[in-house]
Amino acid sequence: MVATERPPLPARTRLAAGIGLATAGLSRRLGRGGGSVIGGRAILAVDPDALARLAAGRTVALVSGTNGKTTTTSLLAAALGGPGAVVTNLLGANLPPGLAAALAAGGADLPAALEVDEAWLPRVVQATRPRAVALLNLSRDQLDRNNEVRTLSGGWRAAFEAHPDVTVVANADDPLVVWGAGRAGAVVWVGAGQPWTDDAGGCPACGGRIDFSAAPGRGWACLGCDLARPALDVSLDGPAVLWRDGLSVALRLQLPGRANRANAAMALATAAVLGFDRTEAARKVESLDEIVGRYAVVDAGGVRARLLLAKNPAGWLEVFDFVRPAPVPVVVAINARIADGRDPSWLWDVPFERLQGRLVVATGERSRDLAVRLRYAGVEHVRRSDLLEAIGASGAPDVDVVANYTSFQQLRSRLA
Amino acid sequence: MTVSVALLFPDLLGTYGDSGNAAILAARLRWRGIDSEVITVRSGQPVPDSCELYVVGGGEDLPQSQAAVQLGADREGGPLRRAVDRGAVVLAVCAGMQIVGRSFTGPDGAPAAGIGLLDCSTEPGRGPRMVGEIVVDPAPELDLPALTGYENHAGATSLGPAAQPLGRVRVGCGNGPGRGVDGARSGKVIGTYLHGPVLARNPALADLLLTWAVGPLSPLDDTECDDLRGERFAAVLGRPRRRVRAGRG
Repeated sequence: MVATERPPLPARTRLAAGIGLATAGLSRRLGRGGGSVIGGRAILAVDPDALARLAAGRTVALVSGTNGKTTTTSLLAAALGGPGAVVTNLLGANLPPGLAAALAAGGADLPAALEVDEAWLPRVVQATRPRAVALLNLSRDQLDRNNEVRTLSGGWRAAFEAHPDVTVVANADDPLVVWGAGRAGAVVWVGAGQPWTDDAGGCPACGGRIDFSAAPGRGWACLGCDLARPALDVSLDGPAVLWRDGLSVALRLQLPGRANRANAAMALATAAVLGFDRTEAARKVESLDEIVGRYAVVDAGGVRARLLLAKNPAGWLEVFDFVRPAPVPVVVAINARIADGRDPSWLWDVPFERLQGRLVVATGERSRDLAVRLRYAGVEHVRRSDLLEAIGASGAPDVDVVANYTSFQQLRSRLA
Repeated sequence: MTVSVALLFPDLLGTYGDSGNAAILAARLRWRGIDSEVITVRSGQPVPDSCELYVVGGGEDLPQSQAAVQLGADREGGPLRRAVDRGAVVLAVCAGMQIVGRSFTGPDGAPAAGIGLLDCSTEPGRGPRMVGEIVVDPAPELDLPALTGYENHAGATSLGPAAQPLGRVRVGCGNGPGRGVDGARSGKVIGTYLHGPVLARNPALADLLLTWAVGPLSPLDDTECDDLRGERFAAVLGRPRRRVRAGRG
């Protein structure tokens, strides 16, 4: 890693950071949450340019996309040396206030691994001048807010065209990501997979049809223009990550599933762009066994509950990959708050039919939408409004709990 | 005989879960002992003209134009037109309604031809995008209870003399601010802006479409749907203070 001389922070930014940290501390003491968002808002209120100033001269890597942001950022932070060696925003506060708070709270000379909301990425690239940006995937999520994934992809494309010094680490298996990275000055293409293809059927370049008929993970091409999967620089080879220069790095992850192997490959490729040793970085990511409560097994009133997050159809496709087989019951918690998207009709894009043959407990603030969906999916189910009651409702000693964004947060605070 | 429900282009027009409408129609026949199947027609595949019901969903601008071309908007006839002439039932939601109408605004901002099953045309609305819960009181002759859904569109739709609205908007925007109505219908073709999907939240509308296709039907136990409907109506209509905020859309 190249050490860079950091310019001193202007007095206004130092004042802003101090006020922000104090606000965050007060918020935490009052029991109002992690405090990073309110602290960050205070920072940006005092110095609107604080994000750029706090990032100036620092080695910054950003992680964005629809699914896997928090996990990949955690893996990247571990690859860069973990707590004390890297600044990161691990509570999912991925808008400018959360980013400013993370940078203000961490050592001024440390590299930063930051998770960034996909719609805000262009502005954050502009402000933080990152060395590397990892682009994971794009698919329908929060339908009421991000109206068109294609618009997001186009926004990314323009941002990287304007900042050719950024190296993009991009998932070559997602046409929307490939389009978004298409004008970047340098790209490391990773075959990270994207089992969900229903948001990329129309070519982002010409509107033609994208053909995914090659075997899954093997490639795709537009039938109307020359957009196609680029040649891979990094690929998944079973449990190993393979680089084009021939280096194969074995990965023994604690985290389950195909998606997490892909997240790890993205994190390692990003760490490599920053100059970190690929084999050493791999050893460092293997120790993670939960990500902010995700994948953790907790005791809930005598029931061992494994907590999983899935907030959209693409995320669910990956979760089916590691939900335990029937008859282990599955508790599904669905909210439709602003952070979840107010419109839960995405439930109909999830093939819940795959849960037939076991009991599913529908819970969360929109459990009635889910119950109707499960009825049409032919899945035996009961409905419990209360999250903890739902975990006990099956009577089984072990359950998998799959929650979407805010219901997951509610569950964690209820179980704390 | 097996009743066929064609789901058109879920890979282009599947952004808002509307594929559920096809699954719901097929299931409600199956539960009544009537054989049914969903025929999923993906982009690039030929559209059959022999199905009893057709479901077209909502999607983004560019895929919407692709779907319109594949349905024959740029030429006379086309498979969906032939099916409707034969008596097929069509449910077209959001972008789906726009392309079965006469014209809509394409991604380049110029008017694009629809397939003309409904006498309506769509242009970009003047205000902000219309997003949020919507409640529609259906036209009395349809004899349906109030409809609940979620709308999310920028287009404003005007009806010509040969189309009737689906109903009057009680909460939300429907065909556009100030128009007071949602959707369009003509014969056995219904268009609406309601997602949800609309048939999940409104089983009576599903049964109306099925009755048009196969004749009178026995009742089903819709307790879970009724629970959901009760919750949605309470959330949207029950708390007057929140209605003001819902209008921000």
